[in-house]
Amino acid sequence: MRRARRQPWRRWWPWALLAPGLLWLIGLYGLPLLALVPLSLSEPVSRFGLETVFTFHWSNYREVLQSHGPILLRSFGYALLATGIGLVLAYPLALAIRFRGGRWQPLLIGLVVLPSLSSYLVRAISWTSLLGDSGPVLALVHRLGLSGLLTTLGVLQDGRLLNTPASVILGLTTNLLPFLLLPLVVALQRIDKRLLEAAADLHAGPLRCFTQVVWPLSRPGLVAGLLLSLIPAAGDVVNPQFLGGPNQRMIANTIENLLLVQLQAPRAAALTLVLMALISLAVVLQLRGRGLEELPLP
Amino acid sequence: MDVIALQEVSRRYGSLTALEPLTLSIGAGEFFSLLGPSGCGKTTTLRLIAGFDRPQSGRILLQGRDLTEAPPHRRPVNLVFQNYALFPHLSVWDNVAFGPRSRRMADAELRRRVGEALEVVRLPELARRRPHQLSGGQQQRVALARALVNAPAAVLLDEPLAALDPDLRRTMRRELQAIQREVGITFVLVTHDREEALSLSDRLAVLNRGRLEQVGTPRQLYEQPRSAVVATFLGSANLLPEPSGAGQRLLRPERLRLGPEPPGEGERGLQARVEELVFQGATVEVRLRSRCDRPLIAIDTSANLPNNLRVGSELWCRWNPAHSHALEEPTL
Repeated sequence: MRRARRQPWRRWWPWALLAPGLLWLIGLYGLPLLALVPLSLSEPVSRFGLETVFTFHWSNYREVLQSHGPILLRSFGYALLATGIGLVLAYPLALAIRFRGGRWQPLLIGLVVLPSLSSYLVRAISWTSLLGDSGPVLALVHRLGLSGLLTTLGVLQDGRLLNTPASVILGLTTNLLPFLLLPLVVALQRIDKRLLEAAADLHAGPLRCFTQVVWPLSRPGLVAGLLLSLIPAAGDVVNPQFLGGPNQRMIANTIENLLLVQLQAPRAAALTLVLMALISLAVVLQLRGRGLEELPLP
Repeated sequence: MDVIALQEVSRRYGSLTALEPLTLSIGAGEFFSLLGPSGCGKTTTLRLIAGFDRPQSGRILLQGRDLTEAPPHRRPVNLVFQNYALFPHLSVWDNVAFGPRSRRMADAELRRRVGEALEVVRLPELARRRPHQLSGGQQQRVALARALVNAPAAVLLDEPLAALDPDLRRTMRRELQAIQREVGITFVLVTHDREEALSLSDRLAVLNRGRLEQVGTPRQLYEQPRSAVVATFLGSANLLPEPSGAGQRLLRPERLRLGPEPPGEGERGLQARVEELVFQGATVEVRLRSRCDRPLIAIDTSANLPNNLRVGSELWCRWNPAHSHALEEPTL
């Protein structure tokens, strides 16, 4: 009898615990997102207001892809470049923190995370004064005679550092570095040092030890870091706005512009959904073949 | 030629002496054990041989070559780790193939050797599994195969059976011995389990507080220990003062005879009272106290003990003086 009475509670308590978060997500995130679907198939009533009418207007999508396709590509290009540069910076750093950090490990991780504690708007604005035409970085570049080289590399454009693709990518990289680094450090910390000893004992030199043991075992952290940085970077709005010029606008700026300046809410919605679909596709491709349980999300 | 020769090898960590200068030779094909309580320096010794640690002084010769400063991957020895340290992302087969691949072994040879190693540990059918899909005993065997496949000068085993449950430990002990006989490779076993060391080893070394106490065959060390430390570490022991008063003699509990009759011609004896009887199945452990207030332990089969033996019984403990052994380094 008692057992039977306890059974329903046992079945329901996980749902009870999930309920607050689930309701939050459904009500404040899922439903508005769903509302974008009909919106993306609507037409504005007039050119001067945000009212729309649902007309199965599929051409919103065609229109959006035709006129904003290049910006979409540019967004992913910037995000990929920023993530790639971030990875080149973060991986050796994570290795150093894990294997040479010793008791300074928490401090070193703290130092990397520290900049993220300031508002990221403030960070973008600080970069503008650092990279600006009369800023210290440009002066240093000229002093060191690097302007020729940097112009060839496309970092400097018309003698400017600010409002170039490089400055936007720099801003993005700064933002995503902690998100790349933390999962990597966690994944590396999970590697039992005895496995490295075992590899050395089995006649593997340092290089083979890295490629055969450290790298494959850090891959879950790598995947997590890539997802955590690539997704926000592709949808970033602040860095292109402050550090880039009109030619460095990214897809989020375009969406903002469509909605708030051109008053084209349906097209903004369509573009948002296209962006989401592309990012979801990228995530699925990344995760295909490996279980989510491999992700050591911090 | 000795496969492993340690010459005055010592290791300190700060002010702590992990290993006092140690000289030790291990021959080809030997099953050698390093036995001692935790912190005695046995694992330090093993890590020095494997190359994970460098000695402050002394030389380490492997197959006659001075490899004191060589990194682990350049040493002709392979280690079986206490927790096995199998690569979790690799299959059993790839784990075993790791060493040969490090040495860029040709493919056909590699496949033959890995297959053989898995045969030796009787696991060929599990080659495709991942380590986490194996039981403790199976993981242990993979770790052993992963070492054996390299045909090393010596396999080093760090407490390999400690993580297994007692029944499995006994099975694996026999298997370990059988495998060592089969492959004929030198095994160096680190253990704190005296039964393990006594039953497996051709020779063993007893270490205590970073110092080598004694080296010898299990029988030598059990019956003729040099010191009280070795005597008590290898089994229960009665340490009796020499009749002269200087020094101590070891008398193993199974050498004592209990009964009502006093010692006969050429025998020695003590009158004692039974304080405790511990039934152990095949044998009974009898704890006694002599008239002169000396604790004694006797072990005998139930069949050999007097029928009416009970706590409080007064009787004679007799022994043949030839069965006792004088200690060079008495008293703990």
